[in-house]
Amino acid sequence: MIDAPDLSLAALAPLLFVFGAACVGVLVEAFAPREVRHPVQVAVALVGTGGGLAATLVYAATHEWGDGAGDVTAAGALAVDKAGLFLQATVAGLSVLAVLLFAERGLDPARSAFVASAAVPAGSPRDREQLTATRVQTEVYPLALFAVGGMMVFVTANDLLIMFVALEVLSLPLYLISGLARRRRLLSQEAAVKYFLLGAFASAFFLYGLALVYGATGSIRLGEIRQSVAEDGGDVLVVLGLALLIVGLLFKASVAPFHSWTPDVYQGAPTPVTAFMAACTKVAAFGAILRLLYVAFGTEEWTWRPLVYGVAIVSMVVGAVLGLTQTDLKRMLAYSSIAHAGFLLTGVLGLGADGEGSGLAATMFYLLTYGLTTLGAFAVLTLVRDGDGEAGHLAQWAGLASRSPLTAAVMALFLLALAGIPLTAGFTGKFAVFRAAVEQGAWPLVLVAVLASAVAAFFYLRVIVLMYFSPPAADGPTVGVPGVPTTVVLAVTASATLALGILPGAVLDLAEQAARFVG
Amino acid sequence: MEIISAEVLPSEVVPAEGLLGASWLLIALPLAGAAVLLLGGRRTDRWGHLLGTATVVGAFLLAVLCTFSLADVEGRSVDVDLFTFISTGQLDVRAGLLYDPLSAVFVLLITGVGSLIHVYSIGYMAHDPARRRFFAYLNLFVAAMLLLVLGNSFVALYVGWEGVGLASYLLIAFWYTRPGAATAAKKAFIMNRVGDVGLALAIFVMFAQLGTTSYEGVFGTVGTLAGGTITAIGLLLLLGACGKSGQFPLQAWLPDAMEGPTPVSALIHAATMVTAGVYLIARSAPIYDETPTARTVVLAVGAVTLLIGAIAGCAFDDIKKVLAYSTVSQIGYMFLAVGLGPAGYVAGLAHLLAHGFFKAGLFLGAGSVMHAMDDSVDMRRYGGLARKLPITFATFGLGYLALIGFPFLSGFYTKDAIIEAALDRDDAWGWVLAGVAVLGAGLTAFYMTRLMLMTFFGRARWADGVHPHESPTVMTAPMVVLSLGSIGAGFLLVKAFPLSDWLEPVFGEEHSAEHVVAPLTVGLVVTGVMLLGVLAAWLFVGRREVPVTAPVRVSPVTRAARNALYADTINESLLMRPGQWLTRALVWVDNRGVDGAVNGLAAGLGGSSSRLGRTQTGFVRTYALGMLGGAVLVAGALLAVTSG
Repeated sequence: MIDAPDLSLAALAPLLFVFGAACVGVLVEAFAPREVRHPVQVAVALVGTGGGLAATLVYAATHEWGDGAGDVTAAGALAVDKAGLFLQATVAGLSVLAVLLFAERGLDPARSAFVASAAVPAGSPRDREQLTATRVQTEVYPLALFAVGGMMVFVTANDLLIMFVALEVLSLPLYLISGLARRRRLLSQEAAVKYFLLGAFASAFFLYGLALVYGATGSIRLGEIRQSVAEDGGDVLVVLGLALLIVGLLFKASVAPFHSWTPDVYQGAPTPVTAFMAACTKVAAFGAILRLLYVAFGTEEWTWRPLVYGVAIVSMVVGAVLGLTQTDLKRMLAYSSIAHAGFLLTGVLGLGADGEGSGLAATMFYLLTYGLTTLGAFAVLTLVRDGDGEAGHLAQWAGLASRSPLTAAVMALFLLALAGIPLTAGFTGKFAVFRAAVEQGAWPLVLVAVLASAVAAFFYLRVIVLMYFSPPAADGPTVGVPGVPTTVVLAVTASATLALGILPGAVLDLAEQAARFVG
Repeated sequence: MEIISAEVLPSEVVPAEGLLGASWLLIALPLAGAAVLLLGGRRTDRWGHLLGTATVVGAFLLAVLCTFSLADVEGRSVDVDLFTFISTGQLDVRAGLLYDPLSAVFVLLITGVGSLIHVYSIGYMAHDPARRRFFAYLNLFVAAMLLLVLGNSFVALYVGWEGVGLASYLLIAFWYTRPGAATAAKKAFIMNRVGDVGLALAIFVMFAQLGTTSYEGVFGTVGTLAGGTITAIGLLLLLGACGKSGQFPLQAWLPDAMEGPTPVSALIHAATMVTAGVYLIARSAPIYDETPTARTVVLAVGAVTLLIGAIAGCAFDDIKKVLAYSTVSQIGYMFLAVGLGPAGYVAGLAHLLAHGFFKAGLFLGAGSVMHAMDDSVDMRRYGGLARKLPITFATFGLGYLALIGFPFLSGFYTKDAIIEAALDRDDAWGWVLAGVAVLGAGLTAFYMTRLMLMTFFGRARWADGVHPHESPTVMTAPMVVLSLGSIGAGFLLVKAFPLSDWLEPVFGEEHSAEHVVAPLTVGLVVTGVMLLGVLAAWLFVGRREVPVTAPVRVSPVTRAARNALYADTINESLLMRPGQWLTRALVWVDNRGVDGAVNGLAAGLGGSSSRLGRTQTGFVRTYALGMLGGAVLVAGALLAVTSG
């Protein structure tokens, strides 16, 4: 006799929305006439991500939580719990903004940031033709939707195999859309291949770790692993498996020393895709790290604690120090992302034994603030352009404030937030994770984090100094007038960055309430 | 030493109702004026001065109405609760106003004299391209000053205190392209800062010891503190008062502040802001009641300043500087009075109000003279102006008579009251203080008569091309009004409608003790000394020709007086020079030590950044190797942790 697995449609609704929209997108790509394809795809993608966001919020608001943290559904494969929903909502919300960035048609003279026909060899006559043609291709929307769906499964996965599948579902579309840049196509394609190769390498680590943990505990369910580990203690196989699992996840979170792909891929990928990756992938990867360490290895805190300690320091130092000598803004933001991954790990360290610390709430809050800010910063990058696409070189940004004060001001706000200056979201987030870490006695780590922040502040502030106090370059870039989508993104991210800096109370409370995984 | 402790009646403070509930408008009106003028920019150039004047006149009318409604309130004290200003942990500062008889008289003085001076400025600044900015700053000043006297806590007072400091700085440096004005503004600002630190520390001590900064809370519980703490609070408050009021040892900024436009000197540096110190000490009466030591220091400061100001006033040729030192000296009288304790509060405040009228009138007169003389301030180039400027002469003359204490004019009543209060101490110190005050009266008569003689009498010593003319009505009218105050204020405040009755809810009932020396005797002695001073001035200045350039070979006394008793020299050698040495030493340490370390660190970080950057080769194989290395490290670390 076969028992039908329990499926809570309400709990799965966010995923259904996103994946459903992705499937509809594929059909639209195949059947809709070329003229209407772009608007329809944008609409479908917005409905998918926005519906996903709405569904999580509605479910979180209407579900009868009682004392529990949430439910396990889909035959134990998915854990739809408070923290999972918070992370799902964060991913979905950020991806709404990212889709809006994808949809911008006013900035590039060819009406899109994505190449029309990715298979054409770069530099060939046909490639030069499509550089000026205003034909746009729209596979990017369903691909991005699949990635979003993968991320949302990733943060709610209740067993390692689902987690692995989700990891692949979110990664494969990302590899592809990284290579879709319309300008500087070789760089973009190189980035895609690098990301793919290294991603496959990291996936292998994860899979190997999965196998070892299964071998040692006889289960792939996080909760069962926890029980088994608590009973038998961590033997070598489990510890080795944990190490390999963490390596796979740290790669996705671009934590040093598994970060080397980040600068190259961030720089090569189309900027809206970079924004999407920097914001959403980071949330998803940290969501999975938190769940793994909280649920499966929560009792083994003293095993992974020194590791997280060390990796956090390496990541902060590498990100901050390497960022100093970058001359390309996208690369600079990539190193900033590596440093921020380190700061996020201080929050992970604040989890404490069995997740008793305030680290989970702090890290989730930090993910939200960092996602919004970094998305906004990359959105500003899409505005400043020269003849060859975006003007990413630092020198080109000199004196930008005199030419386009509003753009410079918004960029300055995001940079200040990334540097963690008070009255911006970045400060509140950093404060939250640092406090969580200190409560767990990790003040030496926080000391290093503060020093690294000071070093990193240098390269953020350098851009502001350049924009405001340097004479404009003679043949400087032009600042494009953003269309409605990019304007919306900038307005939302900038006001959220300010609001979460000045009045973070409500969202912090929400994160605190949501800080529970179902174990 | 025995100081009679007064029974301060803790009058009931009731919540404000009706018109008094809207007394925040007093502050809001000029503040809105300042905001409109400053934010409106050039668009408001044409009517800015009218708006600026209108807000202050409006505030004055409101103040008059408020005072009448206050008179009807039982206990004559109302509290206007506005909003929570600071709320952190234990500190809970409610922003609110306290409208009581003491603040009411100050509000009337500030808005009344303020209105007249605004009107006067319309004419005085008519040809200045930045007239709008001037009125904006004046409005800002009035708003801050009103907050200072109306606030119901030391924190609110402090906000106003700093606000008037800012306005004063902006207005002294109004003609900021003149190096003299810029320097004077900086000097005023820095010396005020010294005093402000005292005030701030006093507030910190109050909060630390009492947990509150509201008048009600502090005055209610100050008696529970240790004697040393109360004395510390009293002395720190006095330091703040000395800075703002130009009292010894912080008096040197006030004469320099005359670099600002003359209406500013009249309003801020004579009538209102510089008397804030007196207000602070009078307001803090319950604190000083507990600390005879601090009160004695107030007395000493007042007496010393009184003489310093009067002596310096005898030697200067700059008409505004003479008036400025006169202000320093007269505020010395007020400090002396409030330092006498309950007996002197009312006398000091009456003198403050009377002084506000006649000194403002004198400054406006001086401004009118300068207006006539192409902005020259050198009295040696004046002379014989009485006939050319009849209205100015008449109003200035009345102010002069009031200041030197001519019988039955303002200063006569109020100064005599202070001397009587000093004698009422009935000890040796009382006689010394009264003697100082009488001596000061003689000196005042001397320097003011000298000023009158050099300005309005004698032969005309005008520079070439100067054609004196009377000022327009918009300037003379306020002078006439103020001269009426010079005539009547003293009589009104001391005899007709005694200020002591009005202030009774604040300072308690007046002591009706027998006077030690009959008031008539005091009046006769003071008048005699005053006449001696006038006579001396006539002998030294009036009889002979005034040289156009100041004589160089003069007695050491004159030289000391010309240097304002070397106050600047003392400040420079005691504070400025060591300060400069310290700065230089710190700069050296900063350049060599701190910068060296910072630059070295930055270079080190930059170098390691470049070296680390070489690992970023762009080859996937290198990256993969790095990841493998990382994975081995991670696995090794975890195994080490579990097995170790």
